[in-house]
Amino acid sequence: MGVEEKFPEVVTARLTDLVGWARKNSLWPMPLGLSCCAIEMMATVGPRFDLSRFGAEVFRFSPRQSDVMIVAGTLSWKMAGVARRIYDQMPDPKWVIAMGVCASSGGLYRNYAVVPGVDRIMPVDVYTMGCPPRPDTLIRAVMELQKKIAELAIDGRRPREPVLVQ
Amino acid sequence: MTTLTERIVTVADLPQPPGEGDLHSEPMELSMGPQHPATHGVLQCKLILDGEKIVRIDPVMGYLHRGKEKHAEHMTYQQFFTLTDRLDYLQPLANEVGWALTVEKLAGIEVPARAQAIRTIICEFMRLSAHLVWAGIGGVDTGAVSMFMYAFRDREALFDLLDELTGLRTNQEYLRIGGVGTDLPAELIVKMKAWIADFPAHIDQFELLLTGNRIFHQRMRGVGQISAAQAIDLGVTGPCLRATGVGVDLRRARPYLLYPQLEFDVPVGTRGDAYDRYLVRIEEMRQSTRILKQLLDQLPAGDWIAKDWKNVLPPKGRVYTSMEEMIHQFKTVTDWCPPKGEVYQATEAANGELGFYLLSAGESHPYRVKIRSPSFINLQALKPMAIGAWFGDIVAIIASLHFIMGECDR
Repeated sequence: MGVEEKFPEVVTARLTDLVGWARKNSLWPMPLGLSCCAIEMMATVGPRFDLSRFGAEVFRFSPRQSDVMIVAGTLSWKMAGVARRIYDQMPDPKWVIAMGVCASSGGLYRNYAVVPGVDRIMPVDVYTMGCPPRPDTLIRAVMELQKKIAELAIDGRRPREPVLVQ
Repeated sequence: MTTLTERIVTVADLPQPPGEGDLHSEPMELSMGPQHPATHGVLQCKLILDGEKIVRIDPVMGYLHRGKEKHAEHMTYQQFFTLTDRLDYLQPLANEVGWALTVEKLAGIEVPARAQAIRTIICEFMRLSAHLVWAGIGGVDTGAVSMFMYAFRDREALFDLLDELTGLRTNQEYLRIGGVGTDLPAELIVKMKAWIADFPAHIDQFELLLTGNRIFHQRMRGVGQISAAQAIDLGVTGPCLRATGVGVDLRRARPYLLYPQLEFDVPVGTRGDAYDRYLVRIEEMRQSTRILKQLLDQLPAGDWIAKDWKNVLPPKGRVYTSMEEMIHQFKTVTDWCPPKGEVYQATEAANGELGFYLLSAGESHPYRVKIRSPSFINLQALKPMAIGAWFGDIVAIIASLHFIMGECDR
């Protein structure tokens, strides 16, 4: 019983679901390609792995046009301020994928120069493992992020639990 | 009564278009990077522009400084392979070869012929891998976006081979002091040969797409030109030096591994501009396939790691079964000390001379490691290339120089 029975061409849905569905299938990543992981990130967009199958291939180097930031590589303290500024310039709702161990925790580099995990300077939604992660792992991270986005409230505000992709 | 005077209007009486010097313009300061798609990582260029002309350019480095040389002082010789991988991340194994040769030179370890051949093979595969990324990204920078797809198609096929050999796509940690981690299996040689047989046709595709392309030609020809003398003064090495007409290739000039026995040509350019650097790299890819063909056809038999267990990690299978090997393994991992001394070993990486200077105090850790990274020194050529050029050309100049910031900032 409902609208759908009377009008077979109409599909009803909650507005939250619709917005979530639209949001998750048209992610515009902001590639913060810092080091080695950036090469694997390029391979993910490349012909074999083809991130566009997940609707997330429109890499925009301008933060104002993007909604998910992929931090790919080692973030040094010198770069940290720049990264935070780019993050601040992105419009809400926005998400962050920490690609690789350097972005997730500092990785190999436990020293004076490297930020021990980008979560020191910005909230992270998905952490990925690997040095660098294989493109499959990055695709998995995007899929995990899509799951989170689908559950998001319309205004985009909700306490966010980070996910770890192995 | 006023008298009329004849007055002929000449060109000089007309309002003149502003001549040079009349127009008021002041230099504009512009920061390019550190997050910019064309700077290949995290380089910042502080530009001063007069209209569209570059008056001054100051590259700001250090955004990817990771303290590798300092780390080396706290790592054992075998451990440092992990960090050399991440120097020039387009060709991790070639960096490992450089470090392995340095340590072996210091400790005087003889490497068996088969291990040397495998090392030469992976060095050339790495050159192809680095040049493929360069071709793809350089294409994107100059407007040929489809080039990226073609280059990465081949790179993925190349990675499949390396994945099978080492177990990882990039940053493999495959080399050991005294040899390599595993043998090159016979079935993989067949696959490598098949890949190499296909590849020259793919280079023809790249050339079809770029070499004669009018837009690409206009973007690259005559852009970022330097003379041979300037390049030598700046210490530029690799394809950037060879494009100016100086045929210096360390594989010929200071031979290492099996290069003296191999037949290959060193391509040189004539004008030293961005287009010549492109042509040199394309020709180097052809020469690399030629080298690989020779090596895979006559791969010497024998050991893939030196059987000098006092200095070299014994094979894992024997460590679990033999007491002696277990002790050797333990000693090599925890307390292997090469003799005191200092060495410098340079290899021809994809971007130029990659050298490791190693000072040993006879301890299990290096006393000091200095990496002579080609990217850092080639970057110095950015200034003479860019000053006086159009602002739009800087992207082509950076693309043709092709420095990797991981190696540049270390």
